[in-house]
Amino acid sequence: MADTVISIKDAVVSYREDVALRGVSLDVIAGEFVGIIGPNGAGKTTLLTVVNGMGKLLSGRVTVLGDSLRSGNGRSLRKRVGYVAQVDNIDPRMPMDVREVVMIGRFGVLGLFRRPGKSDWQIVDEMLELVGMTHLARRPIGHLSGGEQQRVAIARCLVQEPELFLLDEPTASLDWKAQSEILELVKEIHNSRKLTTLFVTHDLDALPHTCDRVVLMKDGLIVDDGPPDQLISTSSLSQLYDLPESVVEARRPHMHVKE
Amino acid sequence: MDFSIFGYQFMQNAILSAFLGGIACATVGVFVVLMHMPFIGVTMSHAAFAGALLGLWVGFDPLIGAFAFSLVAAAIVGPLADRGELSPDTSLGIIFSLMLGVAFLFLGLMPGTKSSALELLWGSILTNTRGDIILLAVVAVVVVGLVVIFFKEIQATVFNRNIALSVGLPATIILYGVLFLTGATVTASLRSIGGLLIFSLILNPAAAAYQLTYSMKWMFILSAIFGVLSGWVGLLVSYLLDVPSGATIVITSSVIFIIATVFSPKRKVRHWKEESLADE
Repeated sequence: MADTVISIKDAVVSYREDVALRGVSLDVIAGEFVGIIGPNGAGKTTLLTVVNGMGKLLSGRVTVLGDSLRSGNGRSLRKRVGYVAQVDNIDPRMPMDVREVVMIGRFGVLGLFRRPGKSDWQIVDEMLELVGMTHLARRPIGHLSGGEQQRVAIARCLVQEPELFLLDEPTASLDWKAQSEILELVKEIHNSRKLTTLFVTHDLDALPHTCDRVVLMKDGLIVDDGPPDQLISTSSLSQLYDLPESVVEARRPHMHVKE
Repeated sequence: MDFSIFGYQFMQNAILSAFLGGIACATVGVFVVLMHMPFIGVTMSHAAFAGALLGLWVGFDPLIGAFAFSLVAAAIVGPLADRGELSPDTSLGIIFSLMLGVAFLFLGLMPGTKSSALELLWGSILTNTRGDIILLAVVAVVVVGLVVIFFKEIQATVFNRNIALSVGLPATIILYGVLFLTGATVTASLRSIGGLLIFSLILNPAAAAYQLTYSMKWMFILSAIFGVLSGWVGLLVSYLLDVPSGATIVITSSVIFIIATVFSPKRKVRHWKEESLADE
């Protein structure tokens, strides 16, 4: 039987008065590529932060990579989970170059008091090559375009040598070309490194065709979960995004949606 | 010109204090600049001033009061910066004005002459004692030592705290450590530079270094050099013009910042961007 690497049972997470997750349960098996879609505010990012130990559970149980998540063990878990967060504005004057930013991914694995050695820099250079950023390795990080910064974020995540690959809206605010290149890259990395991937997006155009499974979220709940061919239909999207079916139909040629 | 004054013990103490205080303040300043929290530093330096005045009024060592108050300020502003719950500028503005109000309340309540209190406001590096220098030396060594030991953790945290947390680094502890170091540095430099002026010596050298380099390591080194230079040139100007040294030190640091900004290679990036926009 395949290994379950993520097991979430009745997770409830709340930020002040807003309940971000209202009793979510999800099991993910090793090697799966899961797309999590839903409108803004559905709880998708919160679900990822629960998996990497940064979200604080009000109730429920989360087991990730065999460890039950408690308040004290989030940090050790995060070293094994690669997380590509949503694009943040980077100060153009930030005194760090691309190579140094990618190296941050090794810091948790290295632990306190240990400096990066030759082998760590070698891993950084390999990952920069993998994401096609070797030519910009010495460029100040703030001088990159959105798509380039996202490639750096993916390289930073990979130098961690993670077992889980979490991506939060990795293609948001990117142009069409950068978006399709990042999707291609993520797909390739997932397959070649045999990772378990959770890919969050609110944009169906960005949903990788290769998802083994799609989870639909709305208002802090998982409303559906299954293979993309069965789930992503005009009627399910109409309900998910509160749009009339005619509007979903009109947009369909641009989306990977069956009738 | 008569430079025999530099042979006197009090002047040598002042030169040493400017060196140590310059390094400590400028190093802490790098965090303040890179973590975009200049208001936190202002708030803490005024809290330290209020604490020192309480010490003077009640009759205990002003430096203990300064340290205690800056730690209290760190305990209040830390969670604000950490969680981002309120608009930090608004809440820090309230704490800052409260600390200033408390400081002037203590000043008003204090019986007798206020000269020692005013010294804490403007600073008097020329009256620094051996004890002041030892305190400055301890703080400078601790600040620089921690930066060297935890450079990679600091580098990740100032780049992006959430990313540092997500790779398994203790970014929250680093943030509170930075606030604690800021409090300790402000306290140790209070008597030399003064509560109203200390913050410029924290901010200006680091802001100047920020204009000149894309390397964080060099930013720390340049900032420390500018901090020491501000202290020494400020002392010299103070002696030559016979004006208060705290003021000349701070003005020198501001001049260094202006020069660095004018000659900043980073401005070229902006020009280049502006040109390419104009072409479109």
